[in-house]
Amino acid sequence: MSTAGTSLSQSAASGGLALSVEGVDLRFGGIHALRGVSFAAAPGQVTAVIGPNGAGKTSVFNTISGFYRPAAGRILLGDEDITHTPVHARAGRGLARTFQNIALFRGLTVLENVKLGGHHTMQAGVFSALVYGRAAREEELRLRAEVERKVIDFLEIDHVRHLSVDVLPYGLQKRVELARALAMRPRVLLLDEPVAGMNREETEDMARFILDVQEEWGVTVLLVEHDMGMVMDISSHVVVLNFGQVIASGTPAEVRRHPQVIEAYLGAESEALA
Amino acid sequence: MRTGVFHENFASEERLWDSPTSRTWMAAFVLSLFTLPLWGSDYVLAMACIVGIHVIAALGLNLTTGNAGLISLSHGAFIGVGCYTVAWLGKQGVPFYIALPVAGFVAAFLGVIVGLPSLRVKGLYLAIATLAAHFILSFAFREWDAVTGGVSGTSIPRANLFGFELVGDRRNFYLIFVCAFAMAVAARNLARTHIGRAFVAVRDRDISAEILGVHLLRTKLTAFAIGAFYAGVAGGLLGYFYGSITPDYFVLTLSVFYLAAVIVGGLGTVLGSVLGAVFMTFVPEGLRLLASVSSQAFPGVAGLLLPMGQVVFGLLIIVFLIFEPHGLAAIWARVRRSFHLWPFKT
Amino acid sequence: MSEFLEYSLLGLLSGGVMALIALSFVLIYKGTGVVNFAVGEVMMLGAYIYYAGAVTFGLPPWVAFALALAVIGVLAIAIERAVLRPLSGQPAVAVLMATIGMASIVHGGVEAVWGGDTLSPPTLLPRTPLLLGEVLIPGTVLGNFAVAAVLIGGFLAFFRYSKTGIALRATASDPVTAATLGININYAQRLTWLLSGLVGTFAGVLIASSAGLSPLLASAALSVFAAIILGGLDSILGAIVASLLIGWVESVSAGYLGGKSRDVVPYVVVLAILVVKPYGMFGTRTIERL
Repeated sequence: MSTAGTSLSQSAASGGLALSVEGVDLRFGGIHALRGVSFAAAPGQVTAVIGPNGAGKTSVFNTISGFYRPAAGRILLGDEDITHTPVHARAGRGLARTFQNIALFRGLTVLENVKLGGHHTMQAGVFSALVYGRAAREEELRLRAEVERKVIDFLEIDHVRHLSVDVLPYGLQKRVELARALAMRPRVLLLDEPVAGMNREETEDMARFILDVQEEWGVTVLLVEHDMGMVMDISSHVVVLNFGQVIASGTPAEVRRHPQVIEAYLGAESEALA
Repeated sequence: MRTGVFHENFASEERLWDSPTSRTWMAAFVLSLFTLPLWGSDYVLAMACIVGIHVIAALGLNLTTGNAGLISLSHGAFIGVGCYTVAWLGKQGVPFYIALPVAGFVAAFLGVIVGLPSLRVKGLYLAIATLAAHFILSFAFREWDAVTGGVSGTSIPRANLFGFELVGDRRNFYLIFVCAFAMAVAARNLARTHIGRAFVAVRDRDISAEILGVHLLRTKLTAFAIGAFYAGVAGGLLGYFYGSITPDYFVLTLSVFYLAAVIVGGLGTVLGSVLGAVFMTFVPEGLRLLASVSSQAFPGVAGLLLPMGQVVFGLLIIVFLIFEPHGLAAIWARVRRSFHLWPFKT
Repeated sequence: MSEFLEYSLLGLLSGGVMALIALSFVLIYKGTGVVNFAVGEVMMLGAYIYYAGAVTFGLPPWVAFALALAVIGVLAIAIERAVLRPLSGQPAVAVLMATIGMASIVHGGVEAVWGGDTLSPPTLLPRTPLLLGEVLIPGTVLGNFAVAAVLIGGFLAFFRYSKTGIALRATASDPVTAATLGININYAQRLTWLLSGLVGTFAGVLIASSAGLSPLLASAALSVFAAIILGGLDSILGAIVASLLIGWVESVSAGYLGGKSRDVVPYVVVLAILVVKPYGMFGTRTIERL
């Protein structure tokens, strides 16, 4: 069910979907990356996935995106089983994502990168594009207006919108990535380490934006992060992975005290996480 | 962005020529080219025709290789397809305004087939696969006597506009000029739509593009198809211009020639295609001039023309790749910027 | 039947020399990740230098051969230094096009200096043919194959067992880590180009002395591209097996379908196989990291 043709505010009104991962098993040759991973991200809430390096967090994201095919298990977006949906079709179902290592397109400006988020809503054909006929032009202008008002103003990147992305500082690039994901009209937003490498101020700004997105648009946010302070502050539900398995899940407070979680991060016989 | 140009809505900002100054310059340029047959010598006119054909082919290759990052070594073969299609259709009595687009579509169709391996392979493997396609098509040019006339080539009936024959450079010039201008505008249009953006996305990070909703195979095949379409039209115009052709023209060196043109001109920009085509047209001309001038002093220099041309092509590619990877278009942009900012230093 | 045997045998044997050319290519790709379109031209240049040494300067053939090896060796290092190193940050597209440019320069240069006629350099190997039952195999074909086999065997052993060979493989697979482990990657890459040039010279001289020398020699390398894709760009074993296979296919199709088919049949085969096995028979599928 594609969201093309509806406006961003309409999609927002329909709110976030639940995302469920059920019994996902992922192997790379001999490496068993994910074993029976199951968790759910409640609609319209912020859920965090944490765990030590190599625990399988990005593998989970890549499986949800469809880049990896699980050996077993299902991915459900709302009520829909998207396990076998092709990668490029998941955008149309409402699944948006940012990447751990910034995946902006260097050959395009900020505005063009963000517009690319709206790619799955564009339907003009090649011929219309070549002659820039009525269909292509109206679609482009519609996209431009939507992206400018809803995303570029919202994330305060209007002053850099015509710059090429590779001249931007790191923090701004991360924000442009988020903008691009928002332009996809997401119902579920996957954020892979959105504040990695950011200083305190940038982290707070990003956290504020993420909360704004979740509150104003009702989008379901699934977050992978190492910054524990941020995770504990903004998420309502936390899932902990270690060695490809879910070892704990619950509210931030519960997870913080969970003995297996403490052991995974700090080794046995340590103080509880502050 | 020029000073004094203020856009009040998105529509005016998205326009191709968004300020009165750029519109004036473009109008002057078009007008001067349009009136070329009146003030240009025969030689200039002939060169203009050849430049026009090269521009169209370069535009196509730049879309496939520059924008979408798909290295194509079969471009020369696509041009051949366009030429032979126009030749065959012309012999059946099909007028040029039908034959030319058909040539484009036939080439585009083959472009899609050549691009199919991009489903499974990418980058360098794909480049070599296009090389294989080039050899297969060259073989067809040499052997399919019924359509291509085989090794001895074929003649192409002149383009005919309701009895008005397009013989000679002056008449062909208008046809070529109109096609080149329209196709250049089309290429720029493509860049400001989602399809053009998708090309660049596929070039820069195709997996991320796919996760963002870009259908990879469809985008890559579109890039091949459009590039080949341009090549087909260029080939058709080539046929009408020269009137006869042999398969020797469509060798691998031709594909390398256009590759050099888009690198020297600037990958991924329409201006780059134009500048590169102009530049590469005048390289053989310059060599020819040099050869004729120095043939008094060094007889037999004429025989060196072709090999020296190859050396120069190769040198140009390497020099530009090392020292000016964004090509003449980048140099042009720098010069323009210093003009705009004058008297401030850039 | 003996016809088929003859075609097959000849095909396999000529595939042996093709394997040398393929090896020259795969060495560069495996060692530096560069797709070297100038493989055929370098090979041709080596053959021309040999000719210059042996015929123009009247040196004994083996000395001329050594001269060719030396000149091409120096040239290979110079190319690595002057062209590849400045381009090392740039995308693979750019480097590929640089090698195309190089190929063009060498091809033009050779034609400018020596002209387009076919020349006959002296042979290094005995010409006595071999009679296997009813099949007559020209001595040159057999000799070429033997030399190719020895060289290839040597390289396989070199990469497997020698310290330098392993260092080259390490540099190819992960230059940064190799550097931190103390491998001088500049030397490694330069060595790779040197070896590739030397192998190419061997192939060029062998072909030229048996089939004649002209600028068309470079196009012998083009049919090798079919073998290279088939075998997988980065597999030496694949290059060898694929070359033998393509050599066989070419010979058999030339025998049964006529000489012209050898121009096109390998490519059709390759494209067909690419659909089924996209990275060739032995190539490593590139793992993308997200």
